[in-house]
Amino acid sequence: MTSETFLFKQREWVALAILAALILLVLPATVDIFRLNLVGKYLTYAFVALGLVLCWGLGGILSLGQGIFFGLGGYCMAMFLKLEASTPEATKIQSTPGIPDFMDWNQVTELPFWWQPFHSFGFTLIAIVAVPTAFAYVIGAAMFKRRVGGVYFAIITQAVAAILTILIIGQQGYTGGVNGITDLRTLLGWDIRTDDAKFVLYFVNAVLLIGCLVLAQFVRVSKFGRLLVAMRDREDRVRFSGYDVSNFKIFVFCLAAAFSAVGGAMFTLQVGFMSPSFVGIVPSIEMVIFCAVGGRLSLFGAVYGALLVNFAKTSFSESFPELWLFAMGGLFIAVVMAFPFGLAGVIREHVEPALLKFTRSVALLRPGAAAAPSSSK
Amino acid sequence: MDPYAPADFLLSVESLTVSFDGFKAVNDLSFYVDENEIRVIIGPNGAGKTTVLDLICGRTRPTEGSIRFRGQELTGMREHEIVHAGIGRKFQNPSIYEDLTVFENLELSFPRGRNVFGALFFRRDAEVRDRVEEIAEMIFLKDHLNTEAAILSHGQKQWLEIGMLLIQSPKLLMLDEPVAGMSIAERRKTAELLNTIIRNQSVIVIEHDMKFVEDIAHRVTVLHQGRVLSEGSMERVKNDPKVVEVYLGH
Repeated sequence: MTSETFLFKQREWVALAILAALILLVLPATVDIFRLNLVGKYLTYAFVALGLVLCWGLGGILSLGQGIFFGLGGYCMAMFLKLEASTPEATKIQSTPGIPDFMDWNQVTELPFWWQPFHSFGFTLIAIVAVPTAFAYVIGAAMFKRRVGGVYFAIITQAVAAILTILIIGQQGYTGGVNGITDLRTLLGWDIRTDDAKFVLYFVNAVLLIGCLVLAQFVRVSKFGRLLVAMRDREDRVRFSGYDVSNFKIFVFCLAAAFSAVGGAMFTLQVGFMSPSFVGIVPSIEMVIFCAVGGRLSLFGAVYGALLVNFAKTSFSESFPELWLFAMGGLFIAVVMAFPFGLAGVIREHVEPALLKFTRSVALLRPGAAAAPSSSK
Repeated sequence: MDPYAPADFLLSVESLTVSFDGFKAVNDLSFYVDENEIRVIIGPNGAGKTTVLDLICGRTRPTEGSIRFRGQELTGMREHEIVHAGIGRKFQNPSIYEDLTVFENLELSFPRGRNVFGALFFRRDAEVRDRVEEIAEMIFLKDHLNTEAAILSHGQKQWLEIGMLLIQSPKLLMLDEPVAGMSIAERRKTAELLNTIIRNQSVIVIEHDMKFVEDIAHRVTVLHQGRVLSEGSMERVKNDPKVVEVYLGH
């Protein structure tokens, strides 16, 4: 029944080709750099949504705190960029030159020791993935080893997101407080504020996203992926089949955190700042909505969900800023009630069969033509 | 029983007690299971039958007592370690992965690649296929390998779960009401299946269906209020006045 194809099934190869063509060719060729930069920003959320498909869709572990990892990844990148922007020459009007401006404003006179390693780009790249993953490991180990799950886990992740936001805002002198880390300029001497740089960063982001999608697909089609589904439905059976369930949950939670962190770092690069408003409860819940709208079982759906919801958010909130949150809540309820598998579910159940019927009838109208494509899978 | 030292038994349960907020669901219970034996545990509702299985497989922690399996103390071990030691447990309601196919259900139970990276890089090779097919044949599901487990009949689900244990080649299988909800024909086939598999394995079965118990049991243990009320052959137990009074009499 299932054809043994490499990594993706035939229809998924088609979906991958369509997605790659859209974000690597069609969008860059048709929209201006301002809009393309916005798309790039939306796509950074798709990293989070990919992680949620594995963690929540397949594994049934609902995290309402993915903003934590998005933010940590973003902050790691922002710290590096901020240090590069804070050369003694550029900051010579400060009372302590050579440290980030917000530290100077807060009477901090020396760069804290934990900022020091972020002078190194190599360290920063490692930290972007390692710090959020390690943090996810700590949360995951603390929860899953004690068999905390379901709604309790969701609430705790939400609490952690809230705590981290409060911590960042409270420690203004070390974190930039509520404004975040702003006024980022160059990456290894390369000005990231120019249109050219934004264009290049868009592609870096898109390629990384497709890389993460392929990696997520590798996990999904492996035995690990089937175990995630098994754990979601019959956790006890998995445990009594000889698996240490908590290790599997910790791993998938860490992987989702690592994806989110890459997204966060790319966000900082493309948007030019990072602030606590991307860490807290509201952005974390929005990320779950992107995943739900796209379809929580579909990796491709996650990307489209992030694009569409953010596009709607931008257009809608330009006209009716105060109504957006209600619209977003309404959208989430509508999806959960009417389309539990999101866009991907709608396409699979309605659009694809219709398309297939259409191509078949076209083929029948032209008797000389080759037989219609027979497989839908 | 005394001529044997406890080490000679496959499973020795001794002075086992578990107390839930003062209520002793299992109270100073001792029993022994031999290699290649089919043992049936019977008893009225609330006698502590399922709790005994929960204690052996690590789902519930005993308050006191010891459970030794092939010379290894099981109390304090984690559930998956007990599985690795060679004990398989079937739950009362068929507990299978409904969203996966019969093949995938059996494959996930195949004892290889049981840690995170083992599962990521697990390959479905000839060894796995052959073993899955062999087990599927044993549990009468060879023609249903690609069927989604959700649409199997109740009896087939019960067999599938037994198959998921068999594929791990445990030394001891524990089955909680394996024929509940089965037709007469299915019950007969299940009895056959159990009689085939014990050539290499011991089985503990909890069951209420007396006809089925007579078909399979080597020895019967009757539990009542968390204690052993009677033990021995079906013939002996059936005629024990204590058993007749609390269980078989009504």
